[in-house]
Amino acid sequence: MSGVPAAAGTGSSPDLLAAIGNTPTVELRHLAPSPKVRIFAKLEGANPTGSLKDRIARAMIEDARASGALRPGQTILEPSSGNTGISLAMIGALLGHPVRIVMPDNTTAERSELLRLYGAEIISSPGAEGSNGAIRVAADLAAADPDLFMPYQYGNEANPRAHEEGTGPEIVAAVPEVDAFVAGLGTGGTLTGVGRYLKRMRPGVRVIAAEPLPGERVQGLRSLDEGFVPPVLDESVLDDRYLVSYRDALIGLRSLLHVEGLFAGLSSGAVLHVALRVAAEMSAGNVVLLLADGGWKYLSAGLWTRDLDELDDELQGSILW
Amino acid sequence: MSTIRIPPVLRETVGGSRVLSASGGTVAEVLADLFASHPALRDRVTEDGELSPFVNVYVNDRDVRYRDGLATPVGEEDTVILLPAMAGGFG
Repeated sequence: MSGVPAAAGTGSSPDLLAAIGNTPTVELRHLAPSPKVRIFAKLEGANPTGSLKDRIARAMIEDARASGALRPGQTILEPSSGNTGISLAMIGALLGHPVRIVMPDNTTAERSELLRLYGAEIISSPGAEGSNGAIRVAADLAAADPDLFMPYQYGNEANPRAHEEGTGPEIVAAVPEVDAFVAGLGTGGTLTGVGRYLKRMRPGVRVIAAEPLPGERVQGLRSLDEGFVPPVLDESVLDDRYLVSYRDALIGLRSLLHVEGLFAGLSSGAVLHVALRVAAEMSAGNVVLLLADGGWKYLSAGLWTRDLDELDDELQGSILW
Repeated sequence: MSTIRIPPVLRETVGGSRVLSASGGTVAEVLADLFASHPALRDRVTEDGELSPFVNVYVNDRDVRYRDGLATPVGEEDTVILLPAMAGGFG
């Protein structure tokens, strides 16, 4: 909670929220292209609900409670493709806030099950509209009911701030000579917050986004007027931005498991794909990539075991990133 | 000729095509060639001669805004991908 430092290493934490962050960083020795180019992965799956979103959920809720924007017992409503919703559900349960999550109806069963286990109510949005559809439905619900509090991760400055004050310093503490940082682009909070910190501490560092090539059946928008650049995304901190197909993300995901023993979520496969390209263009240096979540919430999708062509086709109509 | 991938939200402006071909050595030239045959696309993709903030353009897999923008080179074998700016999943 506020003011209480998160425990590091083997120390104990005063409560679960204080155990968020201070995730491990490991070197990917087998995937590095040469001895002079080292690759490090920060394992955000080690957070209490298994993803980096615990960081921003805690930051947004503590911020809102401190400012009075979120009253004791008030209901939290948020659009999420899964991880942020699960983090908010856990924190809401601990702090006494009912939680409603608007989630596209084409994500994995594990996410719905976890949300229900934490006591959250799920409101489905049309899967074909992607995350934009969830945002639209949540905005309509919030506008109709002023008693709901929407943290709104896409526009809440506590999101990038959690990464600027937490994730970024942890990365520099683990890899002081970081030359390139690669993370997935969702709300933009991670890249913005970590990017701002790194640019201050390591001028010349490159900040690189990996983003999903949308599935052919999940193109999100009914018209371009619904086009959406998340307000928290500060594009000025980005140095490059790569689109990653589901196929390349899956290949990366399997490499993480089979080569380095890392069991991570689909965006991590995409991030690895980009990090390896970045590393291949370097003659020397350190690349840090952020693995946003563990693989547990994706097991039912068979990402590690099924035929790649079959999976690639199926993923064209779902949201697994 | 390079290959241009059109997202569903823009296909009505190109007669429903998912993939088109266009010639040109830069993104600007490829888009100009595309607009000549599909004029309705121009207003959706550009604003005052610049890329619309709500459309992202990639050559193969790299966003041209972080390269040379409209001057980014395009080769004969390259694929230019147009995508609407969208909220990422993963949130």
